[in-house]
Amino acid sequence: MLFAKPRRLTENGVLGMNKRNIDYIGRYNQRKFYKRVDDKLTTKQLALANDIAVPALIGTVCQQHEIMHIPEMVNNRDGFVIKPSQGSGGKGILVITKVENGHYFKPNGHEVTPSEIDRHISNILSGLFSLGGKPDVAIVEGLIEFDPVFDGYSFEGVPDIRLIVFKGFPVMGMLRLSTAASDGKANLHQGAVGVGLDIGTGQGLHAVQFDRPLDLHPDTDKKLTEILVPHWDTLLHTASKAYEMSELGYLGTDMVLDQKLGPLLLELNARPGLAIQIANGQGLLPRLKHVEQMKNKSMSVEERVAYAKTHFSSLPSA
Amino acid sequence: MHSKKPFYILVALLFIAGIAASVYRGIEHNVPFLPGEQVQSWAVDAKVSFQGTGNPAEVTFSLPKDPAFEILVENATSPGYGMSVTDGDVGRQVTWSTREAIGQQDLYYKVTLVPTGKNEILADSEPDAPQAYNWPATELAAAEQVMSEIWSRSATNLSFAQQLNKSFNATERSQNLELLLTSNSRADLFIRMLNSKGIPAKKVSGLFLEDQRRRQQLTTYVEVYHQGQWIIFNPNDGSQGRPDNLLIWDRTAKSTLDVVGGVNSQVNFSMLQDTRSALATSIDMLKNKDALDFSLYQLPLEEQSLFKGILLIPIGVLMVVFLRVIIGIKTSGTFMPVLIALAFIQTTLLTGLVGFLLIVAFGLMIRSYLSDLNLLLISRISAVIIVVIGIIGLFTLLSYKFGLSEGLTITFFPMIILAWTIERMSILWEEEGAKEVMVQGGGSLFVATLAYLAMSAHWVQHWVFNFLGIHLVILAVVLLMGQYTGYKLLELRRFRPLAGE
Repeated sequence: MLFAKPRRLTENGVLGMNKRNIDYIGRYNQRKFYKRVDDKLTTKQLALANDIAVPALIGTVCQQHEIMHIPEMVNNRDGFVIKPSQGSGGKGILVITKVENGHYFKPNGHEVTPSEIDRHISNILSGLFSLGGKPDVAIVEGLIEFDPVFDGYSFEGVPDIRLIVFKGFPVMGMLRLSTAASDGKANLHQGAVGVGLDIGTGQGLHAVQFDRPLDLHPDTDKKLTEILVPHWDTLLHTASKAYEMSELGYLGTDMVLDQKLGPLLLELNARPGLAIQIANGQGLLPRLKHVEQMKNKSMSVEERVAYAKTHFSSLPSA
Repeated sequence: MHSKKPFYILVALLFIAGIAASVYRGIEHNVPFLPGEQVQSWAVDAKVSFQGTGNPAEVTFSLPKDPAFEILVENATSPGYGMSVTDGDVGRQVTWSTREAIGQQDLYYKVTLVPTGKNEILADSEPDAPQAYNWPATELAAAEQVMSEIWSRSATNLSFAQQLNKSFNATERSQNLELLLTSNSRADLFIRMLNSKGIPAKKVSGLFLEDQRRRQQLTTYVEVYHQGQWIIFNPNDGSQGRPDNLLIWDRTAKSTLDVVGGVNSQVNFSMLQDTRSALATSIDMLKNKDALDFSLYQLPLEEQSLFKGILLIPIGVLMVVFLRVIIGIKTSGTFMPVLIALAFIQTTLLTGLVGFLLIVAFGLMIRSYLSDLNLLLISRISAVIIVVIGIIGLFTLLSYKFGLSEGLTITFFPMIILAWTIERMSILWEEEGAKEVMVQGGGSLFVATLAYLAMSAHWVQHWVFNFLGIHLVILAVVLLMGQYTGYKLLELRRFRPLAGE
């Protein structure tokens, strides 16, 4: 069978792209709040104002001539990340994990010459990675020293945790692990592994790569469902808080675990992808409808997290 | 959450308006629903000839006016004559006049007619009750007898006319009738008897249309009023109703040809059947009526051909919306495939595909060099545009040298779009690898090919230009698809692991 029967998918509550766009993004995400999440610099500033931890901001580059200040900006640092403020789908993110005598290296060990970095930033500024080709700003961030709990689970990259937050309730979660195929990036369509996480505990449930289920990490052969994400409560709280901050009803939050700083909010997404359903082996619709039908309007972050943990957990509570 | 009712009403209205406008155009304006449809037309020549007496001459000739035939073109040639066409109470007629007519005079009237299929002659208004004919004393008794005998055998005006017509043509006619027919022509007697009974009836003259006939004459018929219609009778052969190939030339009951200042006047008809495009015919007819309302044929030819292209875009857009929303195919640039498809229409599909791949492949090669130069985006794109123009020029020249005329059409590709495509593909290649380039590039070409196939179909081109209502229908469908919340076809594949099978 090449195609699933639409009825079977409906029965399992699978959310399709068209329905997501019309019934969730179109209905719950107001256009005027998009800039809060589409512009990562704005998100960062908002997060800081709301006491949400984010990766350190080294600097920004807004003009072509400021590119030459990059070497002094990243001076004395082991690594850094350059990303377009309005990039989408993980495009245009350059990660440098090693700096040696003015030589820059990507996570896979390939060298990046200073002129390549210059060109990359120049591309960012002229809007190559932003939607509609708008001129953009390049953000230079500190490298995240990621938590060793994921050692052996991720190949050359930062594993990140995606939580779908619907009207403030974390409804579904996924851990994204980079692979050799994804070139150290944690984007599922580029070949990263997605591990569905239990909302109650942060326990791995089910894993996929390229939209197909798998058990072991393709590069490290570790069993993926054995993962237990630490700081789970903080992650849920951060994600839930992002709702008040962004005022977007249907929101994707991307977070990373830093060894010293704990969970950091990387970015928010007003159009989160649907692959999280495959990673969880479950459809989103039943949970979204559950939240839609709730009468109790105003709940605090803590109440929402507690509610989500009891109602959206797939495992018997720990 | 607001109600979706107004939306669906709007969509339904658009849909109905679009269909109704198209049907109206097809039926009322005779625009054929399929391209290449043919209609029969008749070219009829009337030659009026007479001997001039050296005095001023004035010739009045009735012109045809028949709902069953629409006049496409008509003209009258008459060297040395003044000419005027009038359309009044006495029907349409042409008047030729000259100061001096000596010897044989020939005047011509040519008309091209298209059958409309409206064979019924409807009366504009109830005709006045006819004046009873004053029978001469010698005929009165015989006529009374015949009439009362037939009257008793009939129920209505129509059946009276039918019975009368029948008895005129019976093998054994009554003596009374034989007597009356010696001094009256059949048509005259027929009309006089009907009129005496208060039934409106008059003479009409018609022309039998037969292909390649010459020196034909008008035939006399009688039309009888019955319930808002004029029914044609032929008392000469007893038939009723009009044959399809009968052109009613003159319904005024007056003489068809009047010549003042000439002798031996006569009119001869010759005719020829012809086939012509139904579309061209309906356009000519609309032009005659000055009724090109909301038709693009009013525009100058140049704008018309421009619109022929522009009006195909909704079809391409519809295709893109369908393939993206319902099927879920990825393309590079939302409507880039439509523009490529438009170019394919000029180049034809195979040449277009080859040309497109050649240009993009060359462009990518040169772009990879440009990417080493570390240029600003805007100047890099500009450089790619110039390079694309160069490539197009080179290929055009090469194909001309090798005698491949197909290669010359490559200039129809939109250069800016090509440049952006090359730029996007190049970035995609660097970021996501060659596979994604193939997926998105292939998807774009696939959509472009489907859009091209839809846009190049003859009946599609015919419909979008001749039935503008169809664009309302497309709009309604696009709006409707914008509300589609079901799964895309490719999602059924993607989410297969979630089907629990």
